[in-house]
This record gives sequence, structure tokens and C-alpha cells, in this order.
Amino acid sequence: MIIEQTYQVRGGDFAHAGDASSKVKKLLKQLDVDPRKIKSIVIALYEAEVNIVAHAWEGIIRILIDRDHIRMVLEDKGPGIADIEQAMVEGYSTASREVREMGFGAGMGLSNIKRNTDQMEITSRVGEGTVLTMVNYF
Amino acid sequence: MRVDPAKCIGCTHCMQVCPTEAIRVSNGLAVITGERCVDCGNCMRACPVDAFYIMQDDLSLMQKFKYRVALFPSVMIGQFPEHITDDQIYGALLELGFTHLMEVEQPIHWLVEAYRKYHAENPDIRPLISSFCPAIVRLIQIRYPTLIDHIVMVKAPHDLAAHYALERLKGEGAQEGETGLFYITPCSAKIAAVKRPLGEKESIVDGILNMDEMYNRVMQVISSRPGVGSSGYREYLTREGILWPLPRGEARLFKHKSMAIDGIHNVVKMLERLETENHPELEFLELRSCDQGCAGGILLSGNRFLTVERLERRARTFPHSHEVNPDGPAKADVLEKLVTDPIEPARVFQLDPDRSRAIEKMALVEKILCRLPAIDCAACGAPNCHALAEDIVMGKAKMTDCLFLQAEWQHEGRVTPARGFRNMEKIWGEGRFKADCKKKGARNEGY
Repeated sequence: MIIEQTYQVRGGDFAHAGDASSKVKKLLKQLDVDPRKIKSIVIALYEAEVNIVAHAWEGIIRILIDRDHIRMVLEDKGPGIADIEQAMVEGYSTASREVREMGFGAGMGLSNIKRNTDQMEITSRVGEGTVLTMVNYF
Repeated sequence: MRVDPAKCIGCTHCMQVCPTEAIRVSNGLAVITGERCVDCGNCMRACPVDAFYIMQDDLSLMQKFKYRVALFPSVMIGQFPEHITDDQIYGALLELGFTHLMEVEQPIHWLVEAYRKYHAENPDIRPLISSFCPAIVRLIQIRYPTLIDHIVMVKAPHDLAAHYALERLKGEGAQEGETGLFYITPCSAKIAAVKRPLGEKESIVDGILNMDEMYNRVMQVISSRPGVGSSGYREYLTREGILWPLPRGEARLFKHKSMAIDGIHNVVKMLERLETENHPELEFLELRSCDQGCAGGILLSGNRFLTVERLERRARTFPHSHEVNPDGPAKADVLEKLVTDPIEPARVFQLDPDRSRAIEKMALVEKILCRLPAIDCAACGAPNCHALAEDIVMGKAKMTDCLFLQAEWQHEGRVTPARGFRNMEKIWGEGRFKADCKKKGARNEGY
């Protein structure tokens, strides 16, 4: 058996950025996942969730929890990422001034996600959207 | 924290305010799950009929000792009406049979130094979280295990004063076993921390006394006597010491790079954030379970804001802590004893130790939630629908505990009315629904 959860994310809704990550955190605690692993998962998911809020128009987060791993798929409709390799570089950011002023968009997001996940995959089409898949083992 | 079955009327007030969902109502009585309880005292505060009580030691216990030391925090003084002087309060405590009196925030500079040392030795852990409030430490232990590493492993003022008093009495010739340390506290969590210690093997104090009881005793003997000259007992009391149990009492050490949060539900919000977001700009977090810190302690008799007011005014008449920093051989010994033992995470919210089974249970919780009305009325004896769903999965409750679902099933003929009524009485007690004009509760006392 696996646990399946879906969360909607609205672009620009900074007030609720992080809601999905807190819910997932609560589930993982109840499943008695190692606290350190939970921390990495939640940091990665939070970054990814904020990415949708900050850059995309809307998105959907699908969570699959199995006995030994969690798979998180974040699919958004948005501007997409033209050069993923460059976007992975620490400090590189395309965030607008407004977004930066809110304390987001420092260009650490994707590299931070990579550091905190066991597997990560991004596919993107400019002008259409991005799909980010992350897998963490418990 | 205990429930007096003779007083409990079986309402939902306590259950609704518990930050760890540790309370259920069964057979008309509140039942506390000990392993989930952090002893914050919110249930006691919410109870309309004073049904909660806290275990304490008997004052007669002190007759066993030649030297009888009363240890009490500065808020003890702060709770009394302004016209009652320090000298009178100290005089009354001596009259109750204590031979030595010590406000526990002495010599606070030793604790300040211990904090600074810990801060300097652990530069990678930010923010540090104060270990002062035992309810918060337990909360972190059971609900926020990822943050255990952030807790400052330094003990509290009552440990400082206890060790200091022991050293001093030894210096005055007290033999092993002749000194009895009695800690008067306004705090349900401190009592629990003494009775079942966390971060130490055994508590140093010999007895623990509830502050509300001691308030009454002091008031009974205080009369109009002028009191005793008591300044000698406060040799090492300082401004920072007096303010220590109040909001920002510890946080002020770390100036603007710190934050003080009081009220356990506010603390929960901050801890939730800290788990997901890094806050390296914060050096230190002071987290207290009670509103206004210890001035809002559950066993304190005065108004919390008046208590803060009196103590702030009192503090201004005392020197700063760095001006009163007794050095000597005792200092190193005491500081060594103020190091806390490691705190292990406690797994009390896990659905099952076996991951596959836990996942099955979680899926079942979701399925049950589809059937529950999401009113969170607590009429099932659990604080909300989600808690009931978890209880059902854990085998501690059944679907018909939800009175709405049961009504629906009665309507469909799946449950007989007689059976339904019995189910209801199982939660709320036999005869609970008979007309009774003298029944307690239900009177919007909050207005």
C-alpha cells in the first residue's frame, strides 16, 4: 500500500507557500521516518513549493509515500526554465525584484533541492511549464 | 497532571486546548495519555470545575532534615499584593519551618556564563533554543525531534540555586543528608521535571511544593507582623536574576539576535516554521509555555501582568549580574553539575513501529475521515475528527463514537436507538443526559 496526496499551489500566493510541505512533514512524522531524513525532504519540498509560488502561474504537487521512499512530483504551468544547467548554479536567479524583496529568489533554490534529495529530475518547456521529480529514501 | 474523578464533569474544555491532543473523554471523565502530556497546564487553566491537580510533597517531609532550604523563583514574591514586603514574605516562610531561604536566580551570572560558553562552543547550531521551560523541552522531544540538537544543554535556575545552596551549607558544616532542598514552584512542568526528570538521572531537590498552596500558607501566617530583615538571603540576587523567568529574561543576553515567544500555541507555530526554514540570523530563542513566562505559571495566584509589573520595579533596585559574580571553589563544581544529559527523541505520535503497517493505518485514517462530518465538535470524546479517526485505527475508539455518524446509521436502521444511547453514555457517563438544573458547566462562564 502507498499513501497518495495531492496539493494545489497558486502562483503568487506567498502567504500559503509551505502549506504542502508542513502537511507532508506531519505524515512522515507519523510514519516514524528518521527526523534527519524528514528535515531534508521538507527543505527540498519547501524550496520547490516556493519556486512554483514565485515563478509559475499554478502548480500541482503529487506525493507518493511507500515504505522505504517518498516520491514528490511538482508540475507547474509557468514560464519554464530555458537553461536548467545554469539554473542549478548557486546564486543564479531570474526572480523579479519584488520577489527578492520578499526574501525569496536568492538563487539557492535548485541547488538546495539537489543537496537535499537522493534523486532529482527536471524537465521544462519554455512558456509552458516545468516538472520536477524528487525521490528520497528513508 | 491528574484528574479528580469526583470533580470532573466530563466537558470538552481541557481536550480542546491540549497542544498534544493528549486528552480524551471516556465514561464521563477526562483521561490523560501520560506519554503525550508535556505538563503545560493548559487543561488545568481551561477546566471550569478545578478537576485537575498536580502531585506535590507534604510540607511535613522537611522535619527529616536539620537544614531546610526553601528554593523559590522570584515570581513567588511578584505575585503578592504590593503592600506586602519582601521582609514579610521571607518572615512568613521562616515561620513555616524553613531554616534557609533562597530565590533561585542566584547567582545568575554563573548561568549567564554557562549560556555564553555553550553559545561559543556550538557555533553551527542556530538558533539555540532555551532549555528553561520543561514543557517546551518535552514538546520538542515528542513533536519536534529534529530540533532537539538546538536545545541549550544547560540546566535551570532551580538547579543552580540547589547546587549552590548545598555547596554553601557544606561550607558551613552541614553533613551529608542533613540538608533538605524544597522547591516551591508555580509550574506543573517543573514538578513533572522533578518527579520524572528529563536530561538528568535524578533531580537534586528533596521535595516539591505547589506555589498556590504556599501562597495560602504564607498569607495565613503573615498577619501584620513587620517581618524579618531578609536582605542577607538575597546577597546574590540581581536585576537579571529577577527578570530571568519573565519574557525576554534569557533572550536579553543575546540582544537583538534573539526572540522570546510565550504561550505554547505560539511556540508551536514557531517550532513548525523552524523545522522547514533556516533562521541563521537568530542566535537564541526563548520559548515559554505560559503567557508572560513564569509570571503566568499555572500555580501562581497573582495576576500575571501585575506580577511582571512588581518584579520589573523590584529588579531596578538590584545591581546588575556582572557586578555580583561570586567566584570561588564552589563555582567550577556547580557549573559542572549544570550540564544536561542528552535528550532522546520520544516516538509517541507514530501510527505503528512497522512502516508498512503505519502506511496502511494512515490510509485507513484518510478513509475514515471521508465518513466523519468535519465538525470537530469533540462529542465523540476526542478533540477533533482527525483525532477520532486515528483513535479508531489504533483500536481505541469506534465509528459509532461519532454521534452524527451514529445518528445517520440509526436513521438507516443499522443501529437501534437503545444501542445508540448506550454508546453515548459510554463516552459521557451513565445518567449524564438526565435533566438537572443544578448541573455544573454550560453557563458561558467566559463572559
